[in-house]
Amino acid sequence: MSDKHVDEISGVPTTGHEWDGIRELDNPMPRWWVWTFYTTIVWALLYAVAYPAWPLLTGSTEGLLGYSSRSEVRSDLAAADNAKSGYMTAIKEKSIDDIIADEDLRTVAVAAGGAAFKMNCVQCHGSGAEGSKGFPNLNDDDWLWGGSADQIQQTVAHGIRFTKDGETRDSIMPPFADVLDGDQISQVSTFVASLSAPVHNASLVEPGKTVFAENCAACHGDNAKGNKEMGAPDLTDAIWLYGSGEDAIAAQVRAPRVGVMPAWDARLGETAVKELAAFVHSLGGGEK
Amino acid sequence: MRHATSIVGLGVFSFLAILAAAFAHDNAFANHMWVLAIVLVISVIVLLRRENFQRVAPVDPSAYMDGPVRYGVIATMFWAVVGLLVGVVVALQLTYPALNIEPWFNFGRMRPLHTSGVIFAFCGNALICTSLYVVQRTSRARLFGGDLAWFVFWGYQLFIVMAATGYLLGISESREYAEPEWYVDIWLTIVWVAYLVVFLGTIVKRKEPHIYVANWFYLAFIVTVAMLHLVNNLSMPVSFLGSKSYSAFSGVQDALTQWWYGHNAVGFFLTAGFLGMMYYFVPKQANRPVYSYRLSIIHFWALIFLYIWAGPHHLHFTALPDWAQTLGMVFSIMLWMPSWGGMINGLMTLSGAWDKLRTDPIIRMMVAAIAFYGMSTFEGPMMSIKTVNSLSHYTDWTIGHVHSGALGWNGLIAFAALYYMVPKLWARERLYSMRMVSWHLWLATLGIVVYAAVMWVSGIQQGLMWREHDEQGFLVYSFVESVAALHPYYLIRSLGGALFLSGALLMAFNITMTILGYQRDEAPIGGALPAPQPAE
Repeated sequence: MSDKHVDEISGVPTTGHEWDGIRELDNPMPRWWVWTFYTTIVWALLYAVAYPAWPLLTGSTEGLLGYSSRSEVRSDLAAADNAKSGYMTAIKEKSIDDIIADEDLRTVAVAAGGAAFKMNCVQCHGSGAEGSKGFPNLNDDDWLWGGSADQIQQTVAHGIRFTKDGETRDSIMPPFADVLDGDQISQVSTFVASLSAPVHNASLVEPGKTVFAENCAACHGDNAKGNKEMGAPDLTDAIWLYGSGEDAIAAQVRAPRVGVMPAWDARLGETAVKELAAFVHSLGGGEK
Repeated sequence: MRHATSIVGLGVFSFLAILAAAFAHDNAFANHMWVLAIVLVISVIVLLRRENFQRVAPVDPSAYMDGPVRYGVIATMFWAVVGLLVGVVVALQLTYPALNIEPWFNFGRMRPLHTSGVIFAFCGNALICTSLYVVQRTSRARLFGGDLAWFVFWGYQLFIVMAATGYLLGISESREYAEPEWYVDIWLTIVWVAYLVVFLGTIVKRKEPHIYVANWFYLAFIVTVAMLHLVNNLSMPVSFLGSKSYSAFSGVQDALTQWWYGHNAVGFFLTAGFLGMMYYFVPKQANRPVYSYRLSIIHFWALIFLYIWAGPHHLHFTALPDWAQTLGMVFSIMLWMPSWGGMINGLMTLSGAWDKLRTDPIIRMMVAAIAFYGMSTFEGPMMSIKTVNSLSHYTDWTIGHVHSGALGWNGLIAFAALYYMVPKLWARERLYSMRMVSWHLWLATLGIVVYAAVMWVSGIQQGLMWREHDEQGFLVYSFVESVAALHPYYLIRSLGGALFLSGALLMAFNITMTILGYQRDEAPIGGALPAPQPAE
């Protein structure tokens, strides 16, 4: 290419070809570009010597640093377990009441239980343990099966109506649709509603009281305060698992719904269950 | 009888589609075949109505074949609006889950509709139509294969329609960016081979002694995508008349094959192919020579050699063996400069023409595209470093990265190419409005900046929340708490997407008016152009 074409504006020769009016300048590659490229290649080679990189027939080179992501995870987990092992042994060996009595141990157990709660419990009870319709709120002091630390531990360990666990908490409210007639159901529902809120038809309260005494008091108690032995809810507070008001209560009287909670003992182990109990107990409603 | 073969062929295939629907192995396949049959029958009717029995004028073999390119421009514009619109919808679905409409329009089905809509429908059509435009002009040859180019165009649209309707019907291979099921994959293979034949045939019969650099990139894109598509989609259908198939790979081999594909879909579809676009339209619009021939050779070969190995960086800290993770990472780092070679050549091509930034919004759009290209090809290698990846992986940071590349680089350079081609393809003096191009650029840029910045913040926050632990070493946040924390960012992200979409709508209006032959009466941007000065 003796008669090289030169670009007028830049004064740089072109390669001499032209495609649809496009020419190419014969500029050298920018030095910084070339040297940065070389640097990344050198770095890549050094890295590939230091870390596992070159595949062999079975396995690969191990690298000068002896790094392996699996052994790193193993040693990180071991270090974390090791750092906590004193506390974990103590939590394992002590009773839940002793754990809560010891301030250091309680702090660790509540933190551990909080982490376990976020993994296992938020799906039903909510990330703030606030519950939702059919799933109890764990922040209040209204407990179906008891709010002392060991009662909570029992519930978490064995679940509720979880048939695979022999020690699960179990009870069932019978449907009253065939036992009571429509009027009686309206009366008793109005009575129950009246215990915690004003009702629309006050004239139903008195007859409802009678129906309650004859049919419901056996489980829910004469004063309707419930019975934690059999998971019968307190009907005098304004906390409702399946909705408030006469209609929601009537629906529950006719065909009661109940929830199931799995047993966590077999799945998470006794230590984690204790930690969960300590966490739930710490939320605000824990009883002595 | 110009369309005789097409009409008979389409008729036969409509009949076969109805048979397939009747004897389908599963319900989804039957529905999908009905969709196919309806599309084919409509095509037959349209062709019959357009048939005439006069003698067809002989084709001038020296003239460029721009029919499929013109259709491609319109298809690109159409699918851009569709893909972006679906993007805004899925962004809103993430913000307000109530917008998920079961079963056809929930996020799980809409998300591949968005990604395929943008990557394959919008970017794919942009690549096909610009490559057919560029290869003819830089080879001084009419497209090879006669009506085969029309087959490529319509065949590709059929692929898009079948893929999209399949997703909504719940037919999916669940492989990211390769969701279409086996029979749609086979159809795409046929269309793609025809595309290769048209493109390569045109290069072979070129009247220029050398192959222009843009065509190297386009050819690398076509060949590599064919290879990626074939290997990643190897699978065994459950039934010849069924919509389900099982991959030839399993476990970690399957994951690696998928990300070898997925990463190189980005590398060859969205990078190499679009660099081809840049190498033609930037020098043409700037009316300047390409900055460095040597750089273009070196960065081309370095790019295509290195890119193909970088896929394992999508599988850091998984069951993939350490050695493969290392290689994925170091190849990604080495890829940084080869990627930037394209940026340098694109930007430096403007030397001697920088004043045009003041007066030409199309050049401005190209510069913005190249800048976003440079940014995302730096961000990519950085995110492949394992330390960074341990924070960024699985978070919205990845989504932000993809979008600064897809919206900033692919979107803007494709829009600029459309703005360049339309007046030439339809023999118009100029675009309907240059000021609308400027508005489009600013709306789009604002949209991308909002989008990417918000995704950085939400992605890093997400990553930090996932790994946050207390003094005792216990995790602080539940997963759902990290989801709840993202709500405001998701809302702002939807806004960013809506800004970008509004720019594309403006473009659709501007280009439609240009095609229809209107010119908006407006003052030129930045006043008169000063004459270029020779170097001292």
